[in-house]
Amino acid sequence: MKTSKNRRWRLGAALLTTACLGLTACAESDRGGSGSDSGSDSGSDSGGGGGGTMVFAGSAEPVTLDPFFASDGESFRVARQIFEGLVGTEPGTANPAPLLAKSWTVSEDALTYEFELEDGVKFHDGTDFDAEAVCANFDRWYNAPESAQSPDLTYYYGSLMRGFATGPNADAAVYESCTPAEGTATVKLAKPFAGFVSALSLPAFSMQSPSALEEFQDDAAENPTTTEYSTAQPTGTGPFMLDAWERGDSVTLKANPDYWGEKASLDSLVFVAIDEPKARADALENGEVDGFDLVGPADIAPLEEAGFQIVNRDPFNILYLGINQAVKPLDDIRVRQAIAHAIDKQKVADASMPEGTKLADEFMPDLVNGWTEDVTKYEYDPDKARDLLEEAGATGTTIEFNYPSGVSRPYMPAPEDTFNVIRSQLEAAGFTIKPTSDRWDPDYLAKIQGTPKHGIHLLGWTGDYNDADNFLGVFFGQKSFEWGFENKELFTALDEARALPTVEEQTPAYEAINEQIMEYLPGIPLAHPVPSLAFAAGVSGFQPSPVQDEVFNTVTIEE
Amino acid sequence: MSINLPPISDVPAAETAVMPGEGPGGGLWRGAWRRLRRNPTAIMGAAIIAFFVLVAVFAPLLAPYEPGSAQWSGDVTPTTVPGPDDDHLLGLDRFGSDLYTQLLFGARQSLVYGVVSTAIGLSVGALLGVLAGGLGGWVDTAVMRAVDIMLSVPSLLLAVSIAAVLGQNAYSIMIAIGAAQVPIFARLLRGSMLAQGRTDYVLAANALGIRRRRIVMGHMLPNAIGPTIVQATLNLATAIIEVAALSFLGLGSSDPAVAEWGRMLVAAQDRFEAAPRLALLPGTAIAVTALGFTLFGEALREALDPRNRR
Amino acid sequence: MLRFVLKRIALMVPVLLGLSVLLFAWVRALPGDPARALLGERANPESIARVTERYGFDEPLLEQYLRYLGALVTGDFGSSIRTGQSVTESFLERFPATVELALAALLFAVLVGIPVGYLAARHQGRPLDTIVMSGSLLGVATPVFFLAILLKLVFADWLHWLPTSLRQDARIDATHLTNFYVLDGLLTREWDAAWDAMVHLVLPGLALGTIPLAIIARITRASVAEVLNEDYVRTAESKGLTRRLISRRHVLRNALLPVVTTIGLQAGLLLSGAVLTETVFAFNGMGEYLFDAIGQRDYPVLQGFILFIALIYALINLLVDLAYGLIDPRVRVS
Repeated sequence: MKTSKNRRWRLGAALLTTACLGLTACAESDRGGSGSDSGSDSGSDSGGGGGGTMVFAGSAEPVTLDPFFASDGESFRVARQIFEGLVGTEPGTANPAPLLAKSWTVSEDALTYEFELEDGVKFHDGTDFDAEAVCANFDRWYNAPESAQSPDLTYYYGSLMRGFATGPNADAAVYESCTPAEGTATVKLAKPFAGFVSALSLPAFSMQSPSALEEFQDDAAENPTTTEYSTAQPTGTGPFMLDAWERGDSVTLKANPDYWGEKASLDSLVFVAIDEPKARADALENGEVDGFDLVGPADIAPLEEAGFQIVNRDPFNILYLGINQAVKPLDDIRVRQAIAHAIDKQKVADASMPEGTKLADEFMPDLVNGWTEDVTKYEYDPDKARDLLEEAGATGTTIEFNYPSGVSRPYMPAPEDTFNVIRSQLEAAGFTIKPTSDRWDPDYLAKIQGTPKHGIHLLGWTGDYNDADNFLGVFFGQKSFEWGFENKELFTALDEARALPTVEEQTPAYEAINEQIMEYLPGIPLAHPVPSLAFAAGVSGFQPSPVQDEVFNTVTIEE
Repeated sequence: MSINLPPISDVPAAETAVMPGEGPGGGLWRGAWRRLRRNPTAIMGAAIIAFFVLVAVFAPLLAPYEPGSAQWSGDVTPTTVPGPDDDHLLGLDRFGSDLYTQLLFGARQSLVYGVVSTAIGLSVGALLGVLAGGLGGWVDTAVMRAVDIMLSVPSLLLAVSIAAVLGQNAYSIMIAIGAAQVPIFARLLRGSMLAQGRTDYVLAANALGIRRRRIVMGHMLPNAIGPTIVQATLNLATAIIEVAALSFLGLGSSDPAVAEWGRMLVAAQDRFEAAPRLALLPGTAIAVTALGFTLFGEALREALDPRNRR
Repeated sequence: MLRFVLKRIALMVPVLLGLSVLLFAWVRALPGDPARALLGERANPESIARVTERYGFDEPLLEQYLRYLGALVTGDFGSSIRTGQSVTESFLERFPATVELALAALLFAVLVGIPVGYLAARHQGRPLDTIVMSGSLLGVATPVFFLAILLKLVFADWLHWLPTSLRQDARIDATHLTNFYVLDGLLTREWDAAWDAMVHLVLPGLALGTIPLAIIARITRASVAEVLNEDYVRTAESKGLTRRLISRRHVLRNALLPVVTTIGLQAGLLLSGAVLTETVFAFNGMGEYLFDAIGQRDYPVLQGFILFIALIYALINLLVDLAYGLIDPRVRVS
């Protein structure tokens, strides 16, 4: 299948190499035939219905193709095409929805989950997807060898299921057993876990073919991420199958002709890595890719003007201004309130985030259970900020402001700009700011999370699934260098809320905690920047998901 | 660190200014000065340097606003940067400071970075080179092996790791760029020393029983000054460009709004289509300034080259 | 000759051994630890401790080094902390990319630089000379990445003549044997793949090649000018030999010596420039990979790649020395 779509390079390069030595000569040459008219010279490929090849650019290569050993977004992006879990998400939300499990029931004590499975589903290698396969997966996870329990391999299983059959955290393990029956799998938990079903929607809990695992995977290998299975034989039930992963180049998937659901319209789907947002935009404009993730805020308008489609995800993240109370005078609530009143969040969002960004009043987005309208809000009021600062006797004190360089995260698209605007606002309200920046990898995080030597800082989080603890617990679950405060009341409240057996009971508890936090004001929630993707005009059918549960089987491309 | 001109300096430098019998204040310099004055390249280079230094020194008088103030940051959005108007001759920069002011003060910053880092590279490199070339023997072997190792590690990586150790600030950039220059100066001075060690006046001094140290300090070193000045001038150009390269890779000053050309150029990158002036102006400023030092350095080299005496 | 080569290769061993110690110490002297870099925002003290233990970073340094050296002797350079991929394997993927880019740059620099320098020397003191010489200085004075951005803007973003990123169009189903994509395309007779890979080299090659071009042009001019003044050239001229013959027989041959030295020296510099060029053109080469490895404190990758580079650098210098002998019999090595 050889589609040399871009014959125009030939023209361009030929002209360039022969005709022009200087810029002027090039500029004078005829431009005819170039441009973005990719339609006329489209290639020879005309396989099945729809068909075609789509090239999609992410920001990095996947680490591994076995999602059990992955925790990065790019590995998950590929995994979501090849694999499916028992549970998916409702389109456009973070709420769990049936996928390989048609339905499920939960026992009274919230310890037994019975999953009714889709029938007639097969893995790519022909193995039947049945209750035995489900339990084989649960048992594989639970029985991961100690060498594979390291958080750089099995972060999600380890942190959500709290422990494995062996190893230091075996006593804390949530999972107990899985019993297969005709068409149903029954999972027993050792202790209640309200977020269990939600957690199963993560790609780390994808169903993988037991026979392929048996043949090609070795969980006990020194590097289970580089085994035959993890690089060349990932086998799931999804609409795409692996064609080839060429490291440093691309991951090529092909449509699964026997998919049990809506079959992919594309013949093949290629993922490439381009790490700079601007470079991804350039590649799209130049026809080298058909779509990409993580559009830089500055590129949105130009892309739209040039006729490309911008697709926004509902933000499932939070950008905040952290405050380190281990440093004086930041332990004074009045100083923290002064900071809050000094910041014009709208201006901050306008200056450094894409259009459509929502402002934040608490430390989680509104899609998460436990979000509430009723929290203390701190409106922009520089005069009040100045008064509070004076009251605290802190006018003119120098505050160190930490921000990262060399990074763009979905929740923090342009940290330098964000820093710059907030800095001006704080200075206008009477603060003296000492800027400190560190490279994101790994100096910034090491300093913020690993040492007490920082003042106020920019940081954030993208949620994994619908669970308040996945936000609040991560930030405020225990005393940490990042925040530098000791608030027993808050720590206990979060512990108790996490242990509640059902989501229904958790919701009011987390609503109360959100208010408790905003009153205590450990930091300033700033915004939920909207993550955007961009596509060529001929692409349609892409369904954005706040938790990036995006499968390309519905996507079509006009060549 | 794209650029360094070791080959040019390496090959002829050793033999360049070795003028037996001529002290540093002698006819060589007078002749050089005469040739320089007649050389249009030198005049152009000197004019650019003079302009650059004047702007750097008098930036506070010339600039209408404070540098790096980011005063108008509220007027800048991800897709728009206000262009030139009555208040702002060249418009605002990406972080909401006055672009004209930033450019003027950028000259100052570049001058400081260039001079300090070259001074670091020169002093350490010269010390090593003089030791190696002047003393010879195992000192020479050890120093030159160290220099070889330094040259085999890409200088950019060296600079990046130095910046990682020292943290992200102006000093670490100067030290990093200075360190990358050390091997260049060390080689140059060593070559110069060795070449002179074979000249008649040194041999004569040796025969007269003058102490080694005095020969090195009194005769060999002064004669090596010519090529060193040439190299330092050229390295000033390199240093100015390297500051930009390190900024491009996300190192350098902690304040994004700082008036520094490399930093400005990098920040302007993702606004290239919306506001090309943000990148073109500082980029051109870097190139022209570096060109000035390069022109002058090359002209100076030619002027000092005895083969060019007519 | 053979003895000379063997001796030079034997001398590399202590240098590389010393370098391995230095590198080992250097990467560990960098602040921050790989475990935290690996875990990112999700790091907590417990998980950092577990990852540190997994990679053995908590053991005494000497023990770690000896284990590293032991593996090194068997040819095992370890595996990347970020990806788990073996260092040798990733080097073999990334290195060809950078070499291909550097060769494209050098090719451009040599093919344009030598004739231009030669012409300038022939027209010494005349306008053509001045233009070439000032142009070359401007080339040296322009930051590589600024040039790269400009080239990309004009030829890719505005004119859409050339691709902006990557090494080959992802829609081309190319076979990669050696990871030198152009070579692969030629070997497998996938002409469109080879062509596409070549087209992807044009802009990065121009950007990276401009400085070497300027330097080569200058050196060529200087050394041709010098040779033109030599007695034997004058003699030849007075004997009435044609200019062309003199050029071929005497001038170019003698003038090329310093040019070859320069090209050898450029190899090291090209690598530094490649980091910047690869970043601009999202060209998945070694420079970008190494730069990321510093950020991630990926110790095995940093150590392994730089050792490889140092080895190759030493070999290039050896080749340059040997090339002297071929071009100039007077310096034939003994």
